[in-house]
Amino acid sequence: MAWRSVIRTARQPIVIVPPLVFPLFLLAINASGLDAATQIPGFPADSYLAFALAFPFMQGAIFATNTAGTNVAQDIGTGFFNRLSLTPMRGSSMLAGQLTGVLLVGTLQAVAFLAAGLAAGADIQSGPLGVAVLFALSLSIAAAFGTIGLLVGLRTGSGEAVQGLFPLMFILLFLSSAALPRDLIAQDWFRTVATINPVSYLIEGLRSLVITGWDAEALGLAFGIALAVFAVGLAASTAALRQRLVRT
Amino acid sequence: MSAAAENRAPRELARVARASRRSRYVAVARTVAWRNLHSVIRTPALLLPPLAFPLFFYMAFAGGLSTVSNLPGFDYYDYNAFQFVFVLLQSAAFGGVFIGFSIAADFDLGFTRRLFLAARHRSAVIAGYGIAALIRAAFVWAVVFAIALATGMDVGGDGIDLVGLVGLALIVNVAAFLFAAGMMTRLRTLQAAPAMQIPVFMVLMTAPVYVPRDLLGGWIATVSQFNPATAILESGRSLIAGDPFHVALAFVAASGLGAVLAVFAGRGLRQAEAAG
Repeated sequence: MAWRSVIRTARQPIVIVPPLVFPLFLLAINASGLDAATQIPGFPADSYLAFALAFPFMQGAIFATNTAGTNVAQDIGTGFFNRLSLTPMRGSSMLAGQLTGVLLVGTLQAVAFLAAGLAAGADIQSGPLGVAVLFALSLSIAAAFGTIGLLVGLRTGSGEAVQGLFPLMFILLFLSSAALPRDLIAQDWFRTVATINPVSYLIEGLRSLVITGWDAEALGLAFGIALAVFAVGLAASTAALRQRLVRT
Repeated sequence: MSAAAENRAPRELARVARASRRSRYVAVARTVAWRNLHSVIRTPALLLPPLAFPLFFYMAFAGGLSTVSNLPGFDYYDYNAFQFVFVLLQSAAFGGVFIGFSIAADFDLGFTRRLFLAARHRSAVIAGYGIAALIRAAFVWAVVFAIALATGMDVGGDGIDLVGLVGLALIVNVAAFLFAAGMMTRLRTLQAAPAMQIPVFMVLMTAPVYVPRDLLGGWIATVSQFNPATAILESGRSLIAGDPFHVALAFVAASGLGAVLAVFAGRGLRQAEAAG
């Protein structure tokens, strides 16, 4: 299942190219368009590029939701899942296999975003070990969001429904501390929403490695939230898979 | 019959024929527009993205980035209004683009081909989609404007300034629609949707979205100087502030873009006709 997921992803440029290009394009725009924000008193970085480098990693995770969900919905639509249900394969193995393609795209994204950031002049304050942790956190987040895609794909069996998740996920990203640190957000309601929004903590974890160095609290929260979303998403997906296989 | 009466008869016939052609053209455009609007009313999911995206952008930008209005050199009177104009023009552009999805979906279903067979002037079919795009965009603007006012946006301009702003948005909507129609009559499938979304998104986002042009740095400062959306956006912001600035340039840029894209759409229509 894992190999099939990797081959299937690699054979579809449309699954790989937009998740690489679109976040980089937005990073380029935001880094230039909001560079003046570094002059705000208390802004935590000298370069907005370094501050915003976490943003494409989160966008990549949103694309992971779509990739995982669309793949599973396609498998349901084409009857592949019906045939799998006749085999002795365990449900959790099927789901883990489905996520492998997502992790492949996630790895390509992490390499591309980091390379683009370094080429444009961003420094990683946490050093080479921080790069490894950045990759680990980025893949954890992609896997966590991938399970949400799996859940919706399994529940609905519809690629369109999975695509409908994209705007919702995008809203979570924009209503977070992605553009400014929470303490510099002037509007109270927005700061409250950003504080409640778990995406803020995921971004702050990624960002801390780039602009701060080693921030145990930010990293602990980010890994904790990613693992919690992954665990809940996987458990719910497994239950949805069980229901789906009973129906077939 | 007198000679004068004999001369008048062909002219009268020509006039009646012209009126008949015009009324058929209008009937086709009206029917296509009504069909599109009807499908939106019956399927609210089609209206939700064009409505939700501008609102969400307004919330995210005006709410999340308002601190940048305290930067030295940021001399605009209200950050909510600053972002509202971007959101208005963005919804105008994407209102035009979203109707491209309808054109593409109708091509995918074979419906547009049947419409082309039934209509004497095929441009009437495209005009119908354009009318629907305008009506849908106007609805979105009304909602976004009401919410912006309710959440504290300060309007500095008077009625004439606002009419100018809406006029700009209308031209942007028509230009974006013509671009979408040109793309979809060439590509004729919903799978090509990114080909019309991405260029519009890039043109919009390489204008001064977050801060005035003076505060932009890097490559985007250069690109924004040559981007026609910059003149339109800056003029729109000056109109809502009640301090009109290079408004004529903005109207010329938007209308020029519209004229070029009208040719683009016309050629696309001919390609679609030739493809059968």
